[in-house]
Amino acid sequence: MATVSLTKLTKRYGNIEIVHGIDLDIADREFIALVGPSGCGKSTTLRMIAGLEEISDGSIEIGGRVVNDLPPRSRNISMVFQSYALYPHMTVRENLGFSLKIAGAAKEDMERRVAEASAILGLDTLLDRRPSQLSGGQRQRVAMGRAIVRDPDVFLFDEPLSNLDAKLRTQMRTEIKKLHAKVQSTVIYVTHDQVEAMTLADRIVIMRDGYIEQVGTPDEVFRRPATRFVAGFIGSPPMNLHEATIDDGQMVFASGEKLPLPGQFKANVATGDKVVFGLRPDDIYPTGHGISSGGAADVHQIELPITVTEPLGNETLVFVEFNGSDWVSRMLNPRPLRPGERVAMSLDMSQAHLFAADTGTTLRS
Amino acid sequence: MDENSSARLKRRLLGVVYRIGLFLAMLTICLPGLWIVISSLRPTVEIMAKPPVWIPQEISFDAYVAMFSGIGKGGIPVIEYFRNSLIISVTSTVIAVAIGMAGGYAFARYRFRGKSSVFLGLMLTRTVPGIALSLPLFFLYVRLGIIDTHFGLILAYVALNVPFTIWLIDGFFRQVPKDLAEAAQIDGCTRWQAFWQVEFPLAGPGIASAAIFAFLTCWNEFALASQLTRSVSAKTLPVGLLDYTAEFTIDWRGMCALAVVMIIPALTLTYIVQKHLVGGLTSGAVKG
Repeated sequence: MATVSLTKLTKRYGNIEIVHGIDLDIADREFIALVGPSGCGKSTTLRMIAGLEEISDGSIEIGGRVVNDLPPRSRNISMVFQSYALYPHMTVRENLGFSLKIAGAAKEDMERRVAEASAILGLDTLLDRRPSQLSGGQRQRVAMGRAIVRDPDVFLFDEPLSNLDAKLRTQMRTEIKKLHAKVQSTVIYVTHDQVEAMTLADRIVIMRDGYIEQVGTPDEVFRRPATRFVAGFIGSPPMNLHEATIDDGQMVFASGEKLPLPGQFKANVATGDKVVFGLRPDDIYPTGHGISSGGAADVHQIELPITVTEPLGNETLVFVEFNGSDWVSRMLNPRPLRPGERVAMSLDMSQAHLFAADTGTTLRS
Repeated sequence: MDENSSARLKRRLLGVVYRIGLFLAMLTICLPGLWIVISSLRPTVEIMAKPPVWIPQEISFDAYVAMFSGIGKGGIPVIEYFRNSLIISVTSTVIAVAIGMAGGYAFARYRFRGKSSVFLGLMLTRTVPGIALSLPLFFLYVRLGIIDTHFGLILAYVALNVPFTIWLIDGFFRQVPKDLAEAAQIDGCTRWQAFWQVEFPLAGPGIASAAIFAFLTCWNEFALASQLTRSVSAKTLPVGLLDYTAEFTIDWRGMCALAVVMIIPALTLTYIVQKHLVGGLTSGAVKG
């Protein structure tokens, strides 16, 4: 069990800098998700922690020990690859026991630990099969088993679920969560899927273009996004974001439509400021069909035309036109709506977000 | 006749045609070899007969007996030739495959300056016909004093085979996912262990086929060997075939018998190794 600290961690390929001196402290037994779009440097960061990628600058500490130049085998980590990377010429048993064999473990010890890992993951009946005889989900489990057997300080997961179909992914997600509860190791989990990050992690690190945008608990990054990027990235369907100019306590949008400035931001903006206004689909709903959270005074009423509806059974996603584009809203206890119909919408301004248009950072104090 | 039965009939007819075509193709490929075996067992008169005699009238093993009978009784130093061939072919194959593995691995896994030019350069050496090298090599070898030695021929064959083994083995290492070596390193292997424990077994079939090709090239090579060897101490079997030519006559039967002796080990080796040439060993390594 170990803490992990990244200090000014930098990766350059030639003249191109991929990761720009990031700092991150991960507590012992913490489950951290690195999330971001493709090319944001999350996998490179993970590979640097694993020792598969040399670091250009900065340092990495695992359990208080600087491991910058240590080879992967000396870092006491284990990693689950996106491609599973099972050894195809070995049986499941041999795959699981490979690291112990290399370490020169005694035969009984090896058998016991392979048995333990296979019991945790339900691989008992598959031990004599080869990877080619397994389904995707089973391969995934073997890959995780191989990681458990080593009893590492830190587990590294590199998009482990992205090759599975949607149903299996949900199932394996639960298994990973259970697994973490059982083995109680520090976990660093890379994914581009924000749902995985939200459901699994203790803290989420959102990366973009080689920088860390925000580090926080799932609740923090969802409720108090630090930047416009985080606001748009976390949450499904994504937050509605629109540029506006402040004019005398009001937000004026490009189309000329106006909304009152949310009370919590009044002190931080002045007339003429360019801002980005954000509102989650949960906080805009056909009046009477939403979760009311803020004070009634902060709910703004407006009549908007419906463009499309997407019924999901227990709720309906209602797209309404505002400022020349679609806003998505979530309607609970849905009633039938027709496109073109104008409905009264409630905008819960107490839940609104405001970001500076130029820097993208939050205007929340 | 309904549609289904006519389709079925058509499929069967096609199957028959397919088999006949295959048989003819195999016959064309095998006939020269078969002809050599038959010719080694019958008198010269029959070999030279026009029109050809297809079915041998009498069969005798005289040529084989004579071959091993020693000098003066129509024999040639076949044991020595065989030994030379074996030493030269096996040694140069082992060296060429070892270099090919190192080179192929480097080309498949590492990025370095001038990689593609070096690779192209290696391939270009294959465009030079071996016979064109025989005269310069001859002069060079005479100066160096390695003419008519095992070492000289081994050196030439290694140079001849290395570009080919590198090219072939590179392709096979490329098929082994990079993730596997990385997973092995995380599992506690050094780079070296990861290679031998994971990548080497998976590229095994490719390395085996490179070895077969290299061995057969050396085993059957004539042009260079005939120039660079001259005595019993270094002559290989293909060069030994020339022992059956005299000023005015050629002992076709003896030559065919020696050819059969040459073919047998090559055939045996290929048969043994081809079982290991099963592809698709990497299936199941990555993805679902």
